Amino acid sequence: MEQAQETLLREFEEKIECGFAIEPKDKMPAGYRKHLVRQMSQHAHSEVIGMQPEGNWVTRAPSLRAKQILLAKIQDEGGHGLYLYSAAETLGVSRDELIEQLHTGKAKYSNIFNYPALSWADIGAIGWLVDGAAIVNQVSLQRTSYGPYSRAMVRICKEESFHQRQGYEIMAKMMAGTADQKAMAQDAMNRWWWPSLMMFGPHDSDSPHTGDAFRWKIKRHSNDELRQKFIDKTVQQAEVIGLTIPDKDLKWNEEKKCYDHGEINWEEFYRVIGGDGPCNKQRMEHHIRVHNEGAWVREAAEAYSAKQQYSKNA
Amino acid sequence: MTQQQALYKYSLRLGDNALILSARLSEWCSNAPFLEEDLALTNMALDLIGRAQAMLKYAGEVDGNGKTEDDLAYRRSEREYYNNLIMELPNGDFAYTMVRQLFVSTFELFFFEELQKSTDATLAAIGAKTLKEVKYHHLHAKDWVIRLGDGTAESNRRVQQAVNQLWMYTGELFEMDGTDALLMKDGIAVNAEHLKMGWIQMVTQILALANIELPADGYMQTGSRMGIHTEHLGHILSEMQYLQRAYPDATW
Repeated sequence: MEQAQETLLREFEEKIECGFAIEPKDKMPAGYRKHLVRQMSQHAHSEVIGMQPEGNWVTRAPSLRAKQILLAKIQDEGGHGLYLYSAAETLGVSRDELIEQLHTGKAKYSNIFNYPALSWADIGAIGWLVDGAAIVNQVSLQRTSYGPYSRAMVRICKEESFHQRQGYEIMAKMMAGTADQKAMAQDAMNRWWWPSLMMFGPHDSDSPHTGDAFRWKIKRHSNDELRQKFIDKTVQQAEVIGLTIPDKDLKWNEEKKCYDHGEINWEEFYRVIGGDGPCNKQRMEHHIRVHNEGAWVREAAEAYSAKQQYSKNA
Repeated sequence: MTQQQALYKYSLRLGDNALILSARLSEWCSNAPFLEEDLALTNMALDLIGRAQAMLKYAGEVDGNGKTEDDLAYRRSEREYYNNLIMELPNGDFAYTMVRQLFVSTFELFFFEELQKSTDATLAAIGAKTLKEVKYHHLHAKDWVIRLGDGTAESNRRVQQAVNQLWMYTGELFEMDGTDALLMKDGIAVNAEHLKMGWIQMVTQILALANIELPADGYMQTGSRMGIHTEHLGHILSEMQYLQRAYPDATW
């Protein structure tokens, strides 16, 4: 038995080594399946929970065009959640189970959404910085080894780059506007910069799941590599519109051809992940409340469809 | 009242209906019973914002005072709004939102069918585009009202309650005043009163499929033609207009 397991694992790893994608019906080690379910469901939940801070500004969007773009963007996020739940379902876990895991705290979502969206400029900052950071990660995931996940990422990346542009456009407009608007934009930058850097996770030296994920090509770049890529592209974008990055240690390193940055507040990172952030309870209570309030609708839809089925068979 | 003034008011009214209902539907964002429905409600809200943009832009052009669609949406007060009251009512539960959508979309199905034949080329073009969207809204609302009405005892009770509560706001959809009369003479406006029979027949048929009883015809609330609203509109506007009012010199 053990030998059979070992053969399976060896064959699987050879397949990965040769660059083949793994498809739902392929044999895969339990650890691979488990890692993917955890990562994909976390990703799906993040898309869905991320609708809340942005949804907070839907009724207050300052122009018809701004409202249209924001709603369309949030709708995309919901759509991404749907593809990702479906992709996770190919691994034998249902959306109901995944939502249950979210509600009991077994599954996580991106920590960034535990921060509040306080002004209209935050909608800009979320699109530009948060989606900008997410894209760096997702571009790398387009080549992840699990087929359904990789295909979902290809589709998602196309839409995310539109989101990042809309966020940047909001920031650029505000930086070209009145003194109040500029102050709002800089304030949003100050509050969202560090949490955005934290989105890439702990330093490589402290990252717990990294070993298997690399060998199985679920992950193709390290946390620090991706974070660096994000910083390097974002610093210039900030300069162009006159925003200051809130890091006094940030400077160009001519030798390494990239930016050095100040120390991230890891104590805050672990505290917020652990549940003590500004919006953790609010986000989860909202999701649970809405889910429970909708229960009668889902039950009615099931009851109706069962009746239809019954009369078809009768 | 000149024809220009009437046309301005008529376009505003149509724009306001779309704008205010879109405001309500967009409140469902991240609040729907499940993800697919969250997207569907947002989709309808998006269609309605697009329609509001087109109508208010046209109202601004007709008026000729250089007002943009955003000026009209964000800088008018409650008494200058002309949407039907049914559009501004709070969402209630999902049954309430779907019954309101059914009442409105059924009306709009008939209305835009006629408006696309308007002698005013802009209204006709917006009408034709809107009709395509309204067909989807109507189908969606109809399916849900039937599904919920014929679902569980609880969902049936909720739909019946929504129908009873919303009924008194349906009469206003067919109301006409001097604005309509003036524009109808030249084939610009739709004769809304003529749509009532078709509406009643279609709604009756759908509610029967949903095991829902039609309320007895009774008191019908009115006021929007004169800019007199429910208490709810002011709250929609105070949220919607907050940034534009707080920072009047800013552009966004």
